Amino acid sequence: MSHDLMEDQAHDPATLVRDKLVRMANQIATFFLSQPEDVRVQGVATHINKFWEQRMRRQLFEHIDTGGDGLLPLVIDASKLIRRPEAVGSVPPPSQ
Amino acid sequence: MSLVHEIDYGTPASRSEKQVTLTIDGRAITVPEGTSIMRASMEAGIQVPKLCATDMVDAFGSCRLCLVEIEGRNGTPASCTTPVAPNMVVHTQTGRLKDIRKGVMELYISDHPLDCLTCAANGDCELQDMAGAVGLRDVRYGYEGDNHVRARNSGEINAKWMPKDESNPYFTYDPSKCIVCSRCVRACEEVQGTFALTIEGRGFGSRVSPGAHEHFLDSECVSCGACVQACPTATLTEKSVIAIGQPEHSAVTTCAYCGVGCSFKAEMRGEELVRMVPWKDGQANRGHSCVKGRFAYGYASHKDRILNPMIREKISDPWREVTWEEAFAHVASEFRRIQYQYGRESIGGITSSRCTNEETFLVQKLIRSGFGNNNVDTCARVCHSPTGYGLGQAFGTSAGTQNFDSVEHTDVVIVIGANPTDGHPVFGSRLKKRLRKGAKLIVIDPRRTDLVKSPHIEAAYHLPLLPGTNVAMMTALAHVIVTEGLFDEKFIRERCDWSEFEDWAAFVSEEAHSPEAVEKFTGVPADLVRGAARLFATGGNGAIYYGLGVTEHSQGSTTVMAIANLAMVTGNIGRPGVGVNPLRGQNNVQGSCDMGSFPHELPGYRHVSDDATRDTFEKLWGVTLSNEPGLRIPNMLDAAVEGTFRGIYIQGEDILQSDPDTKHVSAGLAAMECVVVHDLFLNETANYAHVFLPGSTFLEKDGTFTNAERRINRVRKVMSPKNGYADWEVTQKLAQGMGLSWNYTHPSQIMDEIAATTPSFALVSYDYLEKMGSVQWPCNEAHPEGSPIMHVDGFVRGKGKFIRTEYVATDERTGPRFPLLLTTGRILSQYNVGAQTRRTENVAWHAEDRLEIHPHDAEQRGIRDGDWIKLASRSGDTTLRSLITDRVAPGVVYTTFHHPDTQANVITTDFSDWATNCPEYKVTAVQVSPSNGPTGWQQDYDELSRRSRRIAGKLEAAE
Repeated sequence: MSHDLMEDQAHDPATLVRDKLVRMANQIATFFLSQPEDVRVQGVATHINKFWEQRMRRQLFEHIDTGGDGLLPLVIDASKLIRRPEAVGSVPPPSQ
Repeated sequence: MSLVHEIDYGTPASRSEKQVTLTIDGRAITVPEGTSIMRASMEAGIQVPKLCATDMVDAFGSCRLCLVEIEGRNGTPASCTTPVAPNMVVHTQTGRLKDIRKGVMELYISDHPLDCLTCAANGDCELQDMAGAVGLRDVRYGYEGDNHVRARNSGEINAKWMPKDESNPYFTYDPSKCIVCSRCVRACEEVQGTFALTIEGRGFGSRVSPGAHEHFLDSECVSCGACVQACPTATLTEKSVIAIGQPEHSAVTTCAYCGVGCSFKAEMRGEELVRMVPWKDGQANRGHSCVKGRFAYGYASHKDRILNPMIREKISDPWREVTWEEAFAHVASEFRRIQYQYGRESIGGITSSRCTNEETFLVQKLIRSGFGNNNVDTCARVCHSPTGYGLGQAFGTSAGTQNFDSVEHTDVVIVIGANPTDGHPVFGSRLKKRLRKGAKLIVIDPRRTDLVKSPHIEAAYHLPLLPGTNVAMMTALAHVIVTEGLFDEKFIRERCDWSEFEDWAAFVSEEAHSPEAVEKFTGVPADLVRGAARLFATGGNGAIYYGLGVTEHSQGSTTVMAIANLAMVTGNIGRPGVGVNPLRGQNNVQGSCDMGSFPHELPGYRHVSDDATRDTFEKLWGVTLSNEPGLRIPNMLDAAVEGTFRGIYIQGEDILQSDPDTKHVSAGLAAMECVVVHDLFLNETANYAHVFLPGSTFLEKDGTFTNAERRINRVRKVMSPKNGYADWEVTQKLAQGMGLSWNYTHPSQIMDEIAATTPSFALVSYDYLEKMGSVQWPCNEAHPEGSPIMHVDGFVRGKGKFIRTEYVATDERTGPRFPLLLTTGRILSQYNVGAQTRRTENVAWHAEDRLEIHPHDAEQRGIRDGDWIKLASRSGDTTLRSLITDRVAPGVVYTTFHHPDTQANVITTDFSDWATNCPEYKVTAVQVSPSNGPTGWQQDYDELSRRSRRIAGKLEAAE
């Protein structure tokens, strides 16, 4: 994702956040693209499962479900192994 | 309570394993070969009179007071310079010795002021002690002759007299009290390694001189305090001692500045801190200090400290002081309201790497068990999170592999992306000491740091790479080692996965990774890279030390893996003198990571998805814990901008100033409904806060810090919290407000809970620390005395893992609009965002951030040294003054980030490490142009800061 493109669309927070997620996912995929072929898909999926909070994964899937524009193919392949978060629902705080 | 007593053995300990037995004053004593007679005597309990000897420096033999007689030898040799020999018979007190000593003391005192009663060293003066020890009763020479004591002799100007030098903010130099023992000069050379002091003149005209007859402040002196500590008289004296008087009790505690974690004696009079003196038994610092830890503690009593809790509805309102009860109730109800309105995941918190382990543990516990989510992060996110990830992948655990003592056994050192003489000064001094004894040095840094060349130190290789090309450089070093067959096959076969090694070796051997091929990215001539690789692989024990110049890049984690690869391929893991050594930034950043401050990990680096780990805490805490990773700091800010994250509790962290892309951080904070800042001062983040909870300093609480070598050191309370509560108490009361039934009465109980739940801390308790002094984790059944060196018999993960490290250029690139690369760093006298050090006299050395720019780039732009310049990037712009220097290469500019009015992070982008989101502080494409003054943004921000610091009913707080 080029920086100039981001500048043009920087006004809408949702777009900004989505572009950032695409960039982050692609960065992860770029690292694993240099790794041996048999660990690439699992590597990307494990990384995202381990470190991405639910709403980030939810936004990633929303983007993938609407075409996944800008995502590297390895991210799309790995998404089959990424845990899909439950639908948005307001969870109250824990009772003490 | 009394002063912590330290024995001065007069000369350093001998490392010899061979023992020698001799007799001193009829007592048989056995000591290591090479020990001085003076030290052996002290070990036998006999104190030989001395002035020029002290065990922090080598023997010098100039004062002629420590003479002894040895049976079978002629004369009266100095006991400090004479080594012991088998069956030697020594007498330390004979008629002849008594006469000589008394004569020597008479000469000293004949040229010394007799103002003992009003002297600042009264009660702590070795000259006075020795006069007493030798029974000096009169001075036959009188006091009227040639002297350095009086400004005038019989009405005439005395050219030998020199006025007191009070230029240094922390200590004075009074030449009239100097006995020219050279202890200060030697401490500066041997301990600190700065060589700022010398003896000018000769004979009776000899004088201690900073630089070439300069004032201390104008000289090369770095104000580490080693000379003051070494001085046996009042010649070099802390100004605080002059102002207050001698301390009457002391406690050993741990410095709250950098990750070296130096042990100090806090010397007190009542609840007033008289001075901080480095503790000789401190395992990290071995009795040394830097200007920050030794002197820069004045912030603790600075008038800017906020001592009462405050609330405001909107950030445009003035602050309103409230009771603690009201503050806790307000935060609890706001956080619960936000959670009911926006969901459980809509709040979170940041633990502090400046607070204790116990306090950090409580903050993450509050978030996980009270907020019911894992939205907890810490400042390690923006510094060493790639270390955690990279070393975790390669070795199985994320921490540095060595203790600091290890450097004494190192033969070749690589320092990459670190500037220890500024950032980690006490380690820097220990490293320089080793280098002066012959170890070789390779510096990989865009800038010519002091280590590259300074007195008696010169790097064998300096590889001045372009910012952002670390991976290409490290992989090229590995290319040379593998293709030239310099790797340690035995080590790799025994300790690593051989097939992974073969895969990796084939990868690095590709022509694309050769020094010749990467030269076009790195800008470093290939022959230098080849030479450095050969030296590291063949030069003996090789150790790699690195800092934020490695981690704060979009490929930070990859570089850490490349460092691990380099250590493994050369067999440099698992023994003294080698290893991978991340130089951690803040005092307790290691500890805050250990304590489960990351959103994906519970204490002890165990992932939140691990059922067994969650079960341990769930049973103890009586709650259900989330098995989903939480938000990291940058993700929290993104979620805030987007509207799904509305409240945050920030303990001891100033994200607005320290985190990248300030405008994004402020937009995130401004979007939140309840920002709670818990800090000593109204920091920059507090401009956006709704609740301010006053914090306490390290002097005001009990606890532990864990330094960069995994050493758990005690922090001891020496005064009552000025704000009323230690930080752990504040977090506890907040938790109680939110309905959690916590009831800790002392931090030791928190440590007991940590030990009970975290295997690597299993044996740690305050009682055990009392007994051991300090321990390095893991400290458990398998390692009851702790673990100075890790991976001794095998890697934590089993086999060491070689990982391919492909260079990927950052998205942040120079172009016509932004043709220069900005990289950032720090300076000795200031610390991090400067909130503490800017509120001390350390501003004498660094009152503003400056932009270092190469003469060529400056000339092209018509910029002269000291001019105001505008620094602009795609993210924003700011102004500061230039500093023209060839320490930076053409095309590269450099600045520090210690001052909020500069706000270097307005410039930095939100690009980050691929694995951990650690921001890419170290590479920003910028343009530099002449400027007339502050930018619009700076003016607006200044106005916002002023307005947001108003407190109802008080005059405006001065910043």
